[in-house]
Amino acid sequence: MYRNQYDSDITTFSPSGRIHQVEYAMEAVKQGGAAVALKSKQYAVLVSLKRSSSELGSYQKKIFVVDDHVGIAISGLTADARMLCNYMRNECANYNYVYENQMRVERLVTKVADKHQVHTQRYGRRPYGVGLLVAGFDQLGAHIYQTCPSGNFYDYKSISIGSRSQSAKTYLEKHFESFEESSLEQLIIHGLRALRETIPNTDDGLNSKNVSIGIVGENQKFKIIEDEAAQQYLNLLENEEPVEMQTN
Amino acid sequence: METLKLSALPEQSKQQPINHGRFEAYVDNGGTVMAVAGKDYCVIAGDTRMSDGGYGIQTRHYTKVFQLTNKCVLATSGMQADTIALQKRLKLMLETYQKEHGKPMSTPAIAQFLSNTLYYKRFFPYYTFNLVAGVDEKGEGWIWTYDAVGSHERVKYSSQGSGNQLVIPLLDNQVAKRNQQIIQGNGDVSCDQVVSFVKDAITSAGERDIYTGDFADIVVVDKDGVRWEKFELKLD
Repeated sequence: MYRNQYDSDITTFSPSGRIHQVEYAMEAVKQGGAAVALKSKQYAVLVSLKRSSSELGSYQKKIFVVDDHVGIAISGLTADARMLCNYMRNECANYNYVYENQMRVERLVTKVADKHQVHTQRYGRRPYGVGLLVAGFDQLGAHIYQTCPSGNFYDYKSISIGSRSQSAKTYLEKHFESFEESSLEQLIIHGLRALRETIPNTDDGLNSKNVSIGIVGENQKFKIIEDEAAQQYLNLLENEEPVEMQTN
Repeated sequence: METLKLSALPEQSKQQPINHGRFEAYVDNGGTVMAVAGKDYCVIAGDTRMSDGGYGIQTRHYTKVFQLTNKCVLATSGMQADTIALQKRLKLMLETYQKEHGKPMSTPAIAQFLSNTLYYKRFFPYYTFNLVAGVDEKGEGWIWTYDAVGSHERVKYSSQGSGNQLVIPLLDNQVAKRNQQIIQGNGDVSCDQVVSFVKDAITSAGERDIYTGDFADIVVVDKDGVRWEKFELKLD
């Protein structure tokens, strides 16, 4: 990205019709740890790679419970993500209080996107430097949404964000047609395989310390699977033949 | 013969406003709740009759016991509208707490929180008479009893509601072994004995108090969770 004279203010358009500050915010998302989301008819699954600052440190939490039927995976500035997570939790709780019913996922995501948008237009407030993958299950079925610092949101069958996510996207594009009818376990394995593509060869690979899985479904409240509980899925992954990727 | 004097009509110097009667914000829907704590369990009972404040019955199926967490229940008598509003407030707070802290709110914390919530409306109170009953993190049975504005006390047994005056002396005598000429029974009682006794107590309240009857929820809370049982009372 080139520095130019139209990028210091959020309220300044560039001559080519872009707001550079927003695009720089989206860069922050691209630098974050990878996260993968995918769904079948009955379940939505999040799989993410946790990072730690050093050997001594703990691994950064990447998946958060928002409500019984919605959870998120984050990529980017964790502090910003916490603010958005609290906002989402509050909105869901208030909706439930008033209507005695669960908030529909698209409605919630729209509210988050609107919140992002405010920070792309008002002076003195920088955009949130975090992208969310929202996994939810409501009356209309399973959903996967991506939100951006720009205020846009996208409905996906499966998606990946964060650093080196293109490799995961390539895996998902190859296999997404089979997700609809997949079982929960198959979905998680697909997610882990996609996530594995994002790890550089020099690193340790997936283990129970750096993997976080989130699942939600019709009769399944949003649950985070981590540490020992994640190990069983990692074992299933190891026992398989390595997947042949198409090489150009 | 004296002529009847006609007196003039009283002068209406001012138009008097028609007196509609003040809006009454509160109504007592009646009912009785009670709770007894054992060493590692609590037994809670609440009838399910809702009256209209007079002789009428609005429903026979209104549950006064509300489960807050896996280890804690709230039993409330008084005004049904305020009871439900209070339950919703608590439920919202408990869910928020769970997400922020990663664990459910402990029973003693809930007890304190209820007191704060009630006092918040000190000058327009919730017309609710509450009992919080549950087990703490160690599995020990706890009961708190409240007034309408949040004054609370931890006790071994309590009751609230329209049948309170009938049930409390019975609990004093049998649970705390007070006022007995000859002290009967030993210290430890089993959970089943307490359930049986609580059933007797609420049945007795149903006999003498018109606002108590129909059905009763008997709830047992221990470290394994919360168990519910429905028990029939008289329908009269």
